[in-house]
Amino acid sequence: MSAKIGEKSNGGFATTLKNSPSTDEFIKGLWRDNPVFVQVLGMCPVLAVSNTAENALAMGLATAFVLLMSNILVSSLRNFIPKQVRIASYILIIATFVTITDYVIQAISVELHKSLGAFISLIVVNCLILSRAEAFASKNSIGSSALDALGMGVGFTFALFCLGAVRELLGNGTFFGLHFFPDTFQEWIVMILPAGGFFTLAIWLLIFNAAKARKSEV
Amino acid sequence: MSESTMTYTSPASSAKMLRAMVGIGIVCALLIVLTFEGTLPRIEKLRAEALQKAIFKVIPGITKTGTYQLNANNDFVAIENEETAGEIVYAGFDDNDRLIGVAVEASGQGYADIIRILYGYDPESQKIIGFYVLESKETPGLGDKIEKDPSFLANFAGLDVSLEDDLSSVQNEVVPVKNGTKENPWEVDGITGATISSRAIGNIIGASTQYWVPIIYNNSKTFKAPAVTN
Repeated sequence: MSAKIGEKSNGGFATTLKNSPSTDEFIKGLWRDNPVFVQVLGMCPVLAVSNTAENALAMGLATAFVLLMSNILVSSLRNFIPKQVRIASYILIIATFVTITDYVIQAISVELHKSLGAFISLIVVNCLILSRAEAFASKNSIGSSALDALGMGVGFTFALFCLGAVRELLGNGTFFGLHFFPDTFQEWIVMILPAGGFFTLAIWLLIFNAAKARKSEV
Repeated sequence: MSESTMTYTSPASSAKMLRAMVGIGIVCALLIVLTFEGTLPRIEKLRAEALQKAIFKVIPGITKTGTYQLNANNDFVAIENEETAGEIVYAGFDDNDRLIGVAVEASGQGYADIIRILYGYDPESQKIIGFYVLESKETPGLGDKIEKDPSFLANFAGLDVSLEDDLSSVQNEVVPVKNGTKENPWEVDGITGATISSRAIGNIIGASTQYWVPIIYNNSKTFKAPAVTN
């Protein structure tokens, strides 16, 4: 279902007919087709790893990197991959870049790898990445696909960061590990737990939908 | 065979599919191997550093450490390359090459997954003197209190693991107890809201000390301080 939404909102003919890369491919992922707030894709990492701003940022960047690399490769191989085996090929390409990301994060910091845990490997099944490969990269030039991936990646990172910042601030009283409130502040532990992820996501979705509704009214 | 009976996209031949999958597979495998080889030295270095840091945390007041393996004669011998195979402990010494404590790695089932910990043992006072969680996937905000909760960590400032008079076993095995009911120096006070995780830590240390403490105590003379400071 989620893949369908992705297809609908960006397989739109205005973008598929164009061959030269345009800034619109980049801009649309940031706001109009934001992968989290509008398409509501890839909810598993969004809810699980957005408990602190730092984790959210790291997860967003890791996903954006995989998205960018797989989009470029899928797009450059789009005439080489037969239609019947395309999904298998995409998964293979995505899994490769996820494994590479996993090693790179381990090489950057053991602590970071510890806190992201199993969710790095789960980028493989993030439907955002597969939907971009299937709906966009397999039909568009390398340049457009790279721009599309960058936009979606930045949009995803931005959304995760929005959630992570709120949850860390309320649930832990800190922001990037820096204490923000006086010692008397009682942390809302629920915000760190999965339930808090749902609350925060709901509030952000509310804000986004309210903004969209107001825009269409005018 | 007329044109109209054909599907709108002609099916690709098996050879084409095979070529695409094998081709992509080889390229992907190559990329992974290159990254693995490229990052391996740094990952190993970071892991070793993290372990070293943990050793300094669990044995306060040391200035150098060494890695030791128990050989067939029940002697602890220093080893250079850290192979994971075999039974390994880490000893910490002060500036005068005096043995301050021994760090032991232990693991066991927690709430979510295996918890790996490191604890420091002081043969002189026969006490656990430090504790650190190396790896855990416990629930954030609840189970992971085992890493941060100050009153829980206070358990490990001096946990009694004295040996029986015949030096063959620990007098009172370390046991986890309910929060606020700790009465004896060998009990681990649990955490409310992290019951399973904190009990797991008590049991891991209980089982591990039952095995290691007699061995380390009886052979603590065989630890020789490393020549160079690391």
